[in-house]
Amino acid sequence: MRKTGNREQGSGIRVLAAAAIAMWVLLAFEPSPLAAQQSKPWEKIPVPPLHEFHPQQPKRIELKNGIVVFLQEDHELPFVSGSVLIPGGSREVDQKKAGLIDLYGEAWRTSGSEKMSGDAMDDFLEARAAHIETAGDDDSTALQWDSLKGDADQVFDLAMALLFHPRFSQEKLALAKRQEATAIIRRNDDEGGIAEREAAKLIYGADSPYTRQPEFATIGSVTVADLEAWHDRSLKGKLIVGISGDFDAAAMEAKVRAAFEPLPEVTPAPPRHDVTPGPAPGVYFINKPDVDQSNVEIVGVGTDRHNPDAPTITVLDEILGGGFGSRLFQTVRTKLGLAYAVGGGVSLPFDHVGGFRAEVLTKSVSTVDATKAAMEVIAGLNTTPFTDEELKRAKDSILSSFLFRYDTKDKVLAEREKLEFYSYPADYLETYKSAIEKVTVADVTAAAKRYIHPEKLAVLVVGNESEIKPGLDKLSMGPVKPIDIAIPQTPMPPGAAGSPGKQE
Amino acid sequence: MHSPRSIHRGFACLVALLFLFALPSARAQDLKSFEQRITTKVLPNGLTIIICYRPEAPVFSYDTFIDAGDVDDPSGESGLAHMFEHLAFKGTSEIGTNDYSAERVALEKVEAANDAYEAEYLKPVGRDPKKLEELHQAFLKAQAEADKYVIPNEFTEVAEQNGAHGLNAETGLDDTQYFWSMPENRLELWAWLESGRLSDVVPRQFYKERDVVMEERRMRVDSDPIGRLVEQFVATAYETHPYRRPNIGWPSEVSQINATEAMAFHRKYYVGANIVVSIVGDIDAQTAMPMLEKYFSRVPAGPRPEDLTTVEPRQTAEKSIVVHEQTQPFYVEGYHRPGYRDPDDTVYDAIGDIMSNGRVSRLYRSLVEQQQIAAVAQGLSGFPGEKYPSLFAFYAVPIPGHTPAEMRDAIHKEIEKLKTSDVSDAELQMYKTRARADLLRGLADNQGLANSLAEFQTRYGDWRQLFLQLKEVDAVTKADIRRVANKVFIASNRTSAEIDTSPPPTADAPVNGGAQ
Repeated sequence: MRKTGNREQGSGIRVLAAAAIAMWVLLAFEPSPLAAQQSKPWEKIPVPPLHEFHPQQPKRIELKNGIVVFLQEDHELPFVSGSVLIPGGSREVDQKKAGLIDLYGEAWRTSGSEKMSGDAMDDFLEARAAHIETAGDDDSTALQWDSLKGDADQVFDLAMALLFHPRFSQEKLALAKRQEATAIIRRNDDEGGIAEREAAKLIYGADSPYTRQPEFATIGSVTVADLEAWHDRSLKGKLIVGISGDFDAAAMEAKVRAAFEPLPEVTPAPPRHDVTPGPAPGVYFINKPDVDQSNVEIVGVGTDRHNPDAPTITVLDEILGGGFGSRLFQTVRTKLGLAYAVGGGVSLPFDHVGGFRAEVLTKSVSTVDATKAAMEVIAGLNTTPFTDEELKRAKDSILSSFLFRYDTKDKVLAEREKLEFYSYPADYLETYKSAIEKVTVADVTAAAKRYIHPEKLAVLVVGNESEIKPGLDKLSMGPVKPIDIAIPQTPMPPGAAGSPGKQE
Repeated sequence: MHSPRSIHRGFACLVALLFLFALPSARAQDLKSFEQRITTKVLPNGLTIIICYRPEAPVFSYDTFIDAGDVDDPSGESGLAHMFEHLAFKGTSEIGTNDYSAERVALEKVEAANDAYEAEYLKPVGRDPKKLEELHQAFLKAQAEADKYVIPNEFTEVAEQNGAHGLNAETGLDDTQYFWSMPENRLELWAWLESGRLSDVVPRQFYKERDVVMEERRMRVDSDPIGRLVEQFVATAYETHPYRRPNIGWPSEVSQINATEAMAFHRKYYVGANIVVSIVGDIDAQTAMPMLEKYFSRVPAGPRPEDLTTVEPRQTAEKSIVVHEQTQPFYVEGYHRPGYRDPDDTVYDAIGDIMSNGRVSRLYRSLVEQQQIAAVAQGLSGFPGEKYPSLFAFYAVPIPGHTPAEMRDAIHKEIEKLKTSDVSDAELQMYKTRARADLLRGLADNQGLANSLAEFQTRYGDWRQLFLQLKEVDAVTKADIRRVANKVFIASNRTSAEIDTSPPPTADAPVNGGAQ
């Protein structure tokens, strides 16, 4: 391809001259220093009223059996995409079968349906640049599809066949196991991955439904019958169907009704009684001799989104670790230069109590300094008063970018599906937003007292012991407790590896 | 196709198909409709502004595309373009300071103190540790003095307070991009911020930020096994071209970059003719353009900087490196290929797509499904950059019990097939169909579209090439693929790198050793 631009082949002198001109222009435009220090020119720039905007809500249809359908028309581009969100995920799987949902999410799609094998489906879809995918999460599984409008009917039928008539194959389960085994054997190569995983275990407990970890033995015990049983069970739940794109809503509604109305009445998910114990305070350490940077995780217990303090906590999080202006960023990165990656806050899961987490990545020798600095910032939430200015900055940041939660029709749809899934009111975002607008300095101060407990926090360090000087004992948080992350070396499950004879 | 991020797609990224020009019902997706919605203007200083009207919501996204990256770092200063990008978040003479005239004087003293320290530090003989420590203390004092005039992160805070979403920047070897999204009523505020940081940079808190960048290097390279391997791989594949340097910089060089060098880089490369700013969203060009022109005229004029003179010589001997460490095995190999302006550019994309895209791809079907030796196997058609002659790379992640040697042999078998027999009609058509789909999919996202328009305007001098490239995609033939494969995928043009897993130390082994 020929370039049409007018790139000049500069001689040395010409470049020098250009630089000189550039400098002159730069200086010429330098504003008078007096003006700079006395004014905030950006505050004089007019901010006109925002163009009127009413995000298009999807049409919500509740079928007689309790299944909920959302239809979101969007005619900008000739695509149609859809999803079925299915309650139930890895948190309901016993430790003995940990990894089942990962394997299910993978093998469901690759196995295919009674109508079409997974491989044939690959060929059919890829030739049309269309997709059908399945996936698993801790509280749900999902089926998703996406195609050109012209292929939408065929792709919908294929997706429904996969949903209602899957055919889990031994061969594709084995393929999924090989992929999972690869992830298991490599999980200690990734320092950040170790830190994240082990921090969650400290918060939730090592045998919590939220931290169960696949091992060679647990994935080895998963059978095709397990996948089938899981599928049959989860399909009885309250499915949420969402379709968006270039279609006619009436025709699509008829199609979706025909597919989902014959299902029996949904079985509501039993209430969960998860307990998030929080960490035993202290310092935990994992040695990784091949790194020159420590991953420091400061963890505690958090709360859930049902908490009426959630909007206040959102503001508190913004002040602590939300962005460039947050206390953690300003102190640990900008002022001290001790980290590139730094941040944190209280997490607010929709249906269970989450954790408090702050993270700092710093060179080995500054591990103690950076940890202390971050701990001081966290403790300071209870001792360094919040200012009006600080509160305004945090609230402005959250509220003026709130628009980006619903600036596309797909985002509006995804939000409604999420609220439906967790049984939150459809106007949750609006009430949440107006609650944030009302948060005061007194509210944030009270929330910090209630949710930030420096004495209950634990520190987890993943790093290179030989380089961490001064040592972690200098944190003065008691004896350093090592965590063993060695991977249990059970033999590979039969059929999981290509050559079962060669074990690592 | 010149779309650097199109290759790295996970299964999660659902993409759909579109016959861009064939659809009678096509609405907002063809070149003609874009020509009606796009306004382009080249300002007297050479800077190009592109506005694309897309009023789906009262927001806009922008991308400022600087045609300079770490490939342009002067010798001995690797990492400079990236270091400068960090500086561009520190504010200007008007924002980020409580007294710029005093700050300017203080910053000159910081620079002088750093020069004095560096001169002592770099003495080949007779370095005096006591003097060095004194100079270090003097530097810290000067730095603390300058810090008194700083309002830290005021630039980014003002942006965030006004709704900046996804605020970030990226420096690659080829280019530097600044981007975020904002409510449309903040357009003028944004223009003030963005034109300010392009034209009026202050080397504020430079040396603290250098420490931050060193931490970024530790995270991305030093503490990551694949990061370490890739750095060695690229440095081996290239003998002379600056692509051989990591874009974050060699530790000894990036840790000694000074503010004077960063400002010189800015003067040379941040000139109007080297910058394209594109804006996509609910923005009316007729009213916005005069306002934008006023602000962006502040950017200094100047000719486009000269092109690099170094051309990587033809590789004549196969090279390979082996990293022995206690991490899991990995294999990567690369073959030199021409840069993006080569007439065969789309042929390389076709090969990359047929070999790597999705579960139907040749490498997946062969290494992952049939031979059951790899968890992932893919090719990348332009690595580590695309502007200059680069590498066509293949890599594979072995499943437990399998070795890099098996990955290499299996990849070579697939390459051999490309050389000795034609790809199928279905494969070739699939590439063309998906190339259209990828393009179309990108049109539904303000930020992605802003990036593409700026990039194509820079690389081809015309954003229309984003659409016109489909002609070249359609022109790719089976014979092209065989010809290119036979030309490029030869042993003497190959560099390979692998991780061979060392056994853990037996005596006094750490209980919690990283990987086993």
